[in-house]
Amino acid sequence: MVIPRIRPGVALGLAVCVLLLLAALAPGLFSGTGPDAANPADTLLPPGSAHWMGTDENGRDVYSRVVHGARPSLLIGLAASALALAAGTLVGVLAAQGGRTVDRIAGRLLDVLLSIPGVLLVLLVVAVLGTGTGNLVAGLALVTLPGYARLVRAEVLRVRGTGYVEAATVLGWSRLQVVLRHVVPNAVGPLVALATVGVGGMIVTGSALSFLGLGPQPPTAEWGAMLAGSGDYVQVAWWTAVFPGAAITLTVLAVSAVGQWLQDRAEGRVAR
Amino acid sequence: MIGGALRRLGSAVLVLWGAVTVAFLALHLTSGDPVDLLTGLRGTSDGLREEITREYGLDRPLPVQYLTFLGHVLRGDLGDSYVLHLPVRTAIGQQLGPTLQLLGATVLVTVALAVPAALLTAGRPRWVRTPVALLEGLGVAVPAFWLGTLLLALFSFRLRWFPALGAPGLDGLVLPALALAAGPAAVITRVLRRGLERTLDEPFVTTARARGVGEAAVRLRHALRHGLLPVTTLVGWLTGSLIGGAVVIESVFSRQGLGTLAVTAVRNKDLPLVIGIVLVAGLVYTVVNTAVDLSYRLVDPRLRTSES
Repeated sequence: MVIPRIRPGVALGLAVCVLLLLAALAPGLFSGTGPDAANPADTLLPPGSAHWMGTDENGRDVYSRVVHGARPSLLIGLAASALALAAGTLVGVLAAQGGRTVDRIAGRLLDVLLSIPGVLLVLLVVAVLGTGTGNLVAGLALVTLPGYARLVRAEVLRVRGTGYVEAATVLGWSRLQVVLRHVVPNAVGPLVALATVGVGGMIVTGSALSFLGLGPQPPTAEWGAMLAGSGDYVQVAWWTAVFPGAAITLTVLAVSAVGQWLQDRAEGRVAR
Repeated sequence: MIGGALRRLGSAVLVLWGAVTVAFLALHLTSGDPVDLLTGLRGTSDGLREEITREYGLDRPLPVQYLTFLGHVLRGDLGDSYVLHLPVRTAIGQQLGPTLQLLGATVLVTVALAVPAALLTAGRPRWVRTPVALLEGLGVAVPAFWLGTLLLALFSFRLRWFPALGAPGLDGLVLPALALAAGPAAVITRVLRRGLERTLDEPFVTTARARGVGEAAVRLRHALRHGLLPVTTLVGWLTGSLIGGAVVIESVFSRQGLGTLAVTAVRNKDLPLVIGIVLVAGLVYTVVNTAVDLSYRLVDPRLRTSES
């Protein structure tokens, strides 16, 4: 078995991603205190031995909230990416396989989506559907969908011209069979790498919109929402703002490092 | 050349038409709501419901409403805000100034950060590039709204170098522009440096050096112009991300502006206002992207013939 050589930055990124996933799946592993356990006697305590990231305005442990915040924050990024991938693949395949008219219409619709700056498109979706995590995810997915759909369309067109697809067609496979068994699996590969890089961006935009109060509602321990809550206290309690934001930054750095590595591998670039 | 440019313009118009249609559909997807919302604001009685329905044309068939909507938008009439009791156009006009100031300041800061950083580090040894590269990595990863909060906490609240929240004037622009510029500046530094490094290998640079032109002059007078070419491809992306970023940064700094207006409108379910702002942003974005595309044709003659 060949063990691929991994650069230290990528290894670090992978390690952070694993820790984040663990925190999202089992926050109890990292923190014994609940994220909502408020203690009115201990409000806005600076970092110390009992609360090493301090406490917030309700006396909740910031460390515990940062750990528990991994789940909603990652979930928004991952769910939005998954949704965008699925919908983008569907649109891309339809555009490539559905004939000229479908392709034209799909292309125009994607152009329209692309003509609105991302954050405003999410605002529009949330304004129509209402605030909340699900609608935020839908909005974020809609922003990234066009890029994925275009890539899938181009990949399908490329794969369709290859020998093995021709062979399958000659062997009498139906068109649907060929598309599902050969075209899609081969077209989706580069997309997954791109989507991994995209997860980082989704987490940032998602947390920004939570910060604006349009995502998960308080008292959910979500990093963006925590930052919004810290706004009034940042003068006296820097720790309420520093740690949730650092968590977002660390997540983005780790996810992008891994995503970039996947992308380089998918494109056959050798690690330097 | 003219044909290609016209086709590009035509597709931009089509896209805008599509965006207006989406806006109309968005308004009508929530079509039960506006009357409820308006009656809620003006008190309830049966007569009032009908009056409002008629006033907003909600009783007419959908295609008629669509054409009316389209006609109004073409004349720049974006309807009335449900909550502010103002035409959407007026509400946007009132808030446009502060946002344009913020965006202008951000572009200046971005250029002021990215151009020197790229000029000073292009083609330099590793120990010069690495610290800047680390900063770039951070600039891309740090969320603007968090950076804004940190800058505010440090420079306004603690050091008191800059006014705190919602300050008008130039002083109040520095921190929000810095927070908003960090990400774009990092990306542009990278792209510009790559462009510069490619240019510095070109024969004409060697020629200039052979003529005895100094390193600073080579970079400033010869390499920079060529190195900037790949950056023009980023102008469209930059516009979009700055418009989106302004929405969040205005809230962080409690500034007036279109972003704050949009967020308040979303919270109030004031759909005409949200849609008005989205359409204006979409128009600006589309115009910039079209202009960028057309400018390639001017800059790079090869694109004029290989029109698809």
